[in-house]
Amino acid sequence: MYKIWASVKKESLLLLRDIGALVILFVMPLALIIAVTLIQQGSFKSISNAKIRIVLVDNDRGSIAEGIRKNLENSGSFEVHSKEDAKELNESEAKDRVFKGKYQMAIVIPERLSSDLQIKVETNVNKILKDVGMSFDSTDANTEVQEKEIRLYFDPTTQLSFKSAVKSSIDKMVSEIEVASVYEVFQEQLSDSVSLFNDSSFLKFKEISPVIDNKEVIPNATQHNVPAWTLFAIFFIVIPLSINLVKEKGQGTLVRLRTLPIPYRIVIAGKTITFLIICMIQFYLMVAVGVFLFPLLGLEALNIQGKLILMSIVALFSGFAAIGFGILLGTVSKTQEQSAPFGATSVVILAAIGGVWVPVFAMPKFMQYVAGISPMNWGLNAFYDVLLRNSGLIEILPRLVLMLLFFIAMVVISIIYDEKKRAL
Amino acid sequence: MSSGEMLFASEEERNAHRGDRYGGKDMIIRINSLSKKYKGADGYSVNKLTLNIAQGEIYGLLGPNGAGKTTLISMLCGLLKPTSGDFKIDGLSNLADADEIRKIIGVVPQEYALYPSLSAKENLMYFGSMYGVKDLENKINASLDHLGLLKYANKPIETFSGGMKRRVNLIAGLLHQPKVLFLDEPTVGVDIQSKNVIIDYLKKCNQKGTTLIYTSHHLIEAQEFCTHVAIIDSGKILTTGSPEKLIAETAQAQNLEDVFLVLVGKELRDYV
Repeated sequence: MYKIWASVKKESLLLLRDIGALVILFVMPLALIIAVTLIQQGSFKSISNAKIRIVLVDNDRGSIAEGIRKNLENSGSFEVHSKEDAKELNESEAKDRVFKGKYQMAIVIPERLSSDLQIKVETNVNKILKDVGMSFDSTDANTEVQEKEIRLYFDPTTQLSFKSAVKSSIDKMVSEIEVASVYEVFQEQLSDSVSLFNDSSFLKFKEISPVIDNKEVIPNATQHNVPAWTLFAIFFIVIPLSINLVKEKGQGTLVRLRTLPIPYRIVIAGKTITFLIICMIQFYLMVAVGVFLFPLLGLEALNIQGKLILMSIVALFSGFAAIGFGILLGTVSKTQEQSAPFGATSVVILAAIGGVWVPVFAMPKFMQYVAGISPMNWGLNAFYDVLLRNSGLIEILPRLVLMLLFFIAMVVISIIYDEKKRAL
Repeated sequence: MSSGEMLFASEEERNAHRGDRYGGKDMIIRINSLSKKYKGADGYSVNKLTLNIAQGEIYGLLGPNGAGKTTLISMLCGLLKPTSGDFKIDGLSNLADADEIRKIIGVVPQEYALYPSLSAKENLMYFGSMYGVKDLENKINASLDHLGLLKYANKPIETFSGGMKRRVNLIAGLLHQPKVLFLDEPTVGVDIQSKNVIIDYLKKCNQKGTTLIYTSHHLIEAQEFCTHVAIIDSGKILTTGSPEKLIAETAQAQNLEDVFLVLVGKELRDYV
């Protein structure tokens, strides 16, 4: 035990005197989590606070186009432009400006949209009323109106998810206008003054969130971000740990370590304990930032009520998995030029396939299977189980065991590799 | 003289080679037909080498680059596994008692083998504690004092000169008072003052009972320092004996360097 303690002390001193490693271990993850959450919060605000610059080309000049303009302006998501230098923009000019990135999108309302929609609705209403013998209007029930097309142009750099969201909200807007027109025509045909219809939506939806201790837990970006990026940071210890092992080869200290009358597992244990302590410090720092600093930055606070112990356990086992990977990488790498870039890239890959950026359910089927073998996925799900799904120790135990087994497998492979190298 | 034949400076040398007592001393190291062939290499780095070293010797392993000296020491220290053959150190077999052997040997590698950002004292505290040395701090202070480093004890190794690093490297291998100390080029790259301090310190350790196994390219240094040498080439021992006897036995040899050149030849020994 004394030898393990001496190893821990040595590893701690080495780390404390390596400013670069300390920055990687503590400052970078904190900067990362703050930056990512601020960016996500910012992009959310930009969508909801009418910051998106769009061009509306109104070839209709009727009530529908006016309705679309009002809806766009009232939605709070868009900054609607129709003119430049007091001159109305036509479709070609709008398209040109959007494709050059001056505006994020252009909406082109076709000519006669209002009047043709009115004719189409009246035709349909009259047809219905005629069928039931209540026709009051002279409009021909068989009048054919051509379909209209609202054209959308997007800045080529616009992300697909944003395009889908905008398209669906414009679609909804047009549908509502169409429905309102139908009600209006019915109203005109059936009554002159009395409001016959309640045209407010009949169907609504409500999201039901988990309830813990009689309190509804509403997930927010912070609840997703802090565990994901904490895990990412924990796995980044792969870099300093592997460099630490590679340095020992270069300095010749590994030669001395191998001639010491101690099993190699003592050396590994010293490193594991030290880096586990680092992982836990990282974790508590990230949690502290989520709980205390985020509200000061105008972000939602991390809610860890009653979950800190379980989260700590998840962080500990995630640390084991990361350390195992770092030990293997440091053992097989010959130079820092091999271990550092490979370590950084592999952590990013593990994060990507583990669902840190894109949720696993949104991945292609094959990648969903691949995600299942990423220790970061096990850790992330364990964090989400605790934080968002209100799971207990028993429920997360399989994921913890997987992470521990991963650590053991990595260390065993490292020791076998090391033995083989000696026999060369 | 054929480089394939092994020469003995005396009958006593021949007895030592067979594993008997030498000069009234017991053999502390018995190497039996030890071989090492690296994966992918054309030939053997150490080829069926048999050698016995008596307790209390300062034994020099001399040879040109690529002769197999470092490979031989690496196997004796447990850093490399032999391809075939075996050895015993103080009666302990490398095949059965590797962990026990590590307790009684010390190693001073050619590299500094120290943590640059730790101080001399922190390095020595760590390595000493791995050997379970009692009264470690006092022993470290005494050793540092002896080698003129006590006032730099708390300075990081990375600020030390080459000679200072070599001295700390030496202390790290000796803290646990090993029965056998392996030294791979312990004076390479140091100034004459540091070299003298290192050699004096090693002689004192030897007087206290530590057997020293030493490799070097400095043949004059080896002649002055070693009680016994073995000249190795191509993984085989060409000759063994005390420097004085080897010089006396070799025609027109004035010193160990002459003996060496007669045995090994003057051609360049570049290898990759």
